[in-house]
Amino acid sequence: MLQKTNPNETLKFECETGNYHTFCPISCVAWLYQKIEDSFFLVIGTKTCGYFLQNALGVMIFAEPRYAMAELEEADISAQLNDYKELKRLCLQIKQDRNPSVLVWIGTCTTEIIKMDLEGMAPRLEAEISLPIVVARANGLDYAFTQGEDTVLAAMAARCPERTVLNSLDSQKKENFSSSSLPALAQKGVQKESEYVDHPPLVLFGSLPSTVCQQLTLELKRQGIKVSGWLPAQRYSELPVLGEGVYVCGVNPFLSRTAMTLMRRRKCHLIGAPFPIGHDGTRAWIEKICSVFNVIPQGLEERESKISNGLTEYLNLIRGKSVFFMGDNILEVSLARFLIRCGMIVTEIGIPYMDRRFQAAELALLEKTCLDMNVPMPRIVEKPDNALQILRIRELLPDLVITGMAHCNPLEARGINTKWSVEFTFAQIHGFVNAREVLELVTRPLRRNQAIDSFLNIKEKKNISLFVKEG
Amino acid sequence: MKLAYWMYAGPAHIGTLRVLSSFKNVHAIMHAPLGDDYFNVMRSMLERERDFTPVTASIVDRHVLARGSQEKVVENITRKDKEECPDLIVLTPTCTSSILQEDLQNFVNRAAFESSSDVLLADVNHYRVNELQAADRTLEQIVRFYLEKNKKEMKKTNSSDFNEISKTTKPSANILGMFTLGFHNQHDCRELKRLLNDLGIEVNEVIPEGGSVKNLKNLPKAWFNLVPYREVGLMTALYLEKEFGMPYIDITPMGLIETAACIRQISSVLKKVSSSLDSEKFVFSEKSFCFENYIDQQTRFVSGAAWFSRSIDCQNLTGKKAVVFADATHAACMTKILVREMGIRVVCAGTYCKQDADWFREQVWGFCDEVLITDDHTQVGDMIARLEPAALFGTQMERHVGKRLDIPCGVISAPVHIQNFPLGYRPFLGYEGTNQIADLVYNSFTLGMEDHMLEIFSGHDTKEVITKSLSTEAGFTWSSDGLAELNRIPGFVRGKVKRNTEKFARENGIFEINVEVMYAAKEAAGA
Repeated sequence: MLQKTNPNETLKFECETGNYHTFCPISCVAWLYQKIEDSFFLVIGTKTCGYFLQNALGVMIFAEPRYAMAELEEADISAQLNDYKELKRLCLQIKQDRNPSVLVWIGTCTTEIIKMDLEGMAPRLEAEISLPIVVARANGLDYAFTQGEDTVLAAMAARCPERTVLNSLDSQKKENFSSSSLPALAQKGVQKESEYVDHPPLVLFGSLPSTVCQQLTLELKRQGIKVSGWLPAQRYSELPVLGEGVYVCGVNPFLSRTAMTLMRRRKCHLIGAPFPIGHDGTRAWIEKICSVFNVIPQGLEERESKISNGLTEYLNLIRGKSVFFMGDNILEVSLARFLIRCGMIVTEIGIPYMDRRFQAAELALLEKTCLDMNVPMPRIVEKPDNALQILRIRELLPDLVITGMAHCNPLEARGINTKWSVEFTFAQIHGFVNAREVLELVTRPLRRNQAIDSFLNIKEKKNISLFVKEG
Repeated sequence: MKLAYWMYAGPAHIGTLRVLSSFKNVHAIMHAPLGDDYFNVMRSMLERERDFTPVTASIVDRHVLARGSQEKVVENITRKDKEECPDLIVLTPTCTSSILQEDLQNFVNRAAFESSSDVLLADVNHYRVNELQAADRTLEQIVRFYLEKNKKEMKKTNSSDFNEISKTTKPSANILGMFTLGFHNQHDCRELKRLLNDLGIEVNEVIPEGGSVKNLKNLPKAWFNLVPYREVGLMTALYLEKEFGMPYIDITPMGLIETAACIRQISSVLKKVSSSLDSEKFVFSEKSFCFENYIDQQTRFVSGAAWFSRSIDCQNLTGKKAVVFADATHAACMTKILVREMGIRVVCAGTYCKQDADWFREQVWGFCDEVLITDDHTQVGDMIARLEPAALFGTQMERHVGKRLDIPCGVISAPVHIQNFPLGYRPFLGYEGTNQIADLVYNSFTLGMEDHMLEIFSGHDTKEVITKSLSTEAGFTWSSDGLAELNRIPGFVRGKVKRNTEKFARENGIFEINVEVMYAAKEAAGA
């Protein structure tokens, strides 16, 4: 049925025109303001940005969100108004109304073009109104969708407390990672110490729902590895301690700037691992962290096969089916790797931006998975061109296209199954437990069609395949 | 700078794109950064559109910032021209391109040279106009472009009938301003076509929805233009009036009285036009322009709305308080319907169409207690909280305010959600529209008998009281007997009683509210 893999084959990388559809990176405020409970996000942009947030985030806007637009008007653009004074006025108002612990300014395309010096103004204003101000340039000129989170976390990384020199000089045995302030807490830490192996502090980065954070933390705890903190934490005041000798590991593939900042600015060691998406990814992620700390992982194989056995009903549905990723959220490589492991064939992985260094381990695992499963290597298309992709989809007729909402309904009308890619950003897809969730999403269009088709006779099936008028 | 959480009307380019993607075979190219093409998402999701939205972006990125768009825009236009062969490609500026100040007109001129489609630059300024104004403008721009093009071509061919535009033999009309993502526009369009058909008037062109730019040259053949919505189409109608002497009708046929007024206006326009035509070539008689019988028949028997307002049901609505807030067209019409056709008291009518404030004030003058012109949704929310109406008629935003205050809301205008794109037939205009509106209004108020029963039996729900005030002004403790008493008050006025009592307590420096305080508050309020 399939063409056999050439063992010498490697991944093919291509780059197209960049005419593709994705969300603006400012959309990261949607999940970050919910993650960081005491924050307030101020997007400094135009009506266009505001309208996007309002429409993309739908109903969330009505729940008194902790974000707002600083809407630039013509007088701001032509510099008739003083940026600093204007921002001060708005920030004071926010401080009075909401009293957040941190203000995050999101710079947009407009602030870039008019060269508004947000990074310069923030420290001055911060001192004046005594409220921390973090600046992130999450604009559509430079970034796509999830990279917005990357810019925010990279800026946050600078705000994490510094690991004291004394501590890092201290022998690792005496180290107490949660020793920051309260003696009671420190006591607790000492008591629990025995459950963990001796290892340098580990901080994980990437914004995940708190239950998923908990699951991954516990997963590492089983191996005796202690997670000293998360970037971001649930509250701004709980940001993790960083510094020389701290090990960091990412949980999402779009965090390359954050990784760079942690390495270069905060002198942390980066653990380059595949990402904990799918049971295979989670296992590889834990194994990599264990290997860095010289821990021999326990019981991972059984755990993986147990999870995998629990997925049989889904695997039966997708085995041998083909997937096409149009690309818009940088989760594509990890998802493709997982789906190949589940028996699917991936024809194309579109991706907005491919950091081959940060994703190196993930790409290696993808290659290995292709060889293991004996399927052809997918082509990885950076900055794809949607128009060309649609031509390819028409030719290949994949069983499933994972794409943005702009293309879903038109493709469905042409008889092609689609899954809305944004759902993967918002659903819980990390760790062993959530492998099921990914497949739940992937199989939903297939199950829906099965359900509908089972009630149609063959004659109707023929007629229903296309919902578009010819001509 | 302005602190904003929510806006009623979108940015200018959205209006332009809505007009462009409503036409058949017209492609829009946005000069915009990555991620600004979420218009495609809105159209694909809200309208459940089956076809790819004919909008692409010519991406503005770092390179463009550094060196300018250079060949990029031209290449994107010529490429789209080859790929899809549209009749017209429109380059649409966004907020980003309007501060970059590149010479987009120059790109358009160059691209027009190379491509077989017509190429235009949308003439909208992000910082001056909003979505609705931009839509109005773009529609006029395209109509003007094609009519002038036609004029030139006719001059070239020395066509003798250049000055004499031939009218259709039968009376006919253009419908201007129906377009994608409009509030119930598709249903309204069908209803208007039916209405015109009933009156023996042919529909010449409907633009932009489903129209072809190739047919725009036929616009002047119609006897008159019908502009159902105030927001979009008026500029085009004015242009056609000035250039071709075409009369237009801008009375929105929404509600029984306005529909009748619109039809009477049509009658008088037809009479005027026909008198100027050479009657031998045309198929009509003076008599056929008298629609009084039709209005009478429709009002009394086809539409249920007139009978509804006389029926016992509607009696219960008499004098109930309502607040209306929407776009200018729908807010003005709804206010008039509630007041004149149902005897409801409109305590405040408002609109977010600031550009049309004068017109709006004039329309609702004498029909409501106060007028609110604002595009700040918190101001609207506060107004609603203060007035405590029995029902709201507004946009999705007012629906959410209503939810929090436990006031029912009927949605009558954009901005809208997917639920405002119903699959069933739900026009707001014409005679079927009056039925739909009557249902909407009636279902929004608590049903008449239910109302009485609740009052007589002190309510049947024993659920805990929830604070429903907009601002969180805690600080009062309710004693158990106070709470029990509060629970006895019917649900629909409970919030009001609670707020009044707390207000009274605050004024008198009381911190624990028991039954006595409640009674005292009631006495003080004199009710």
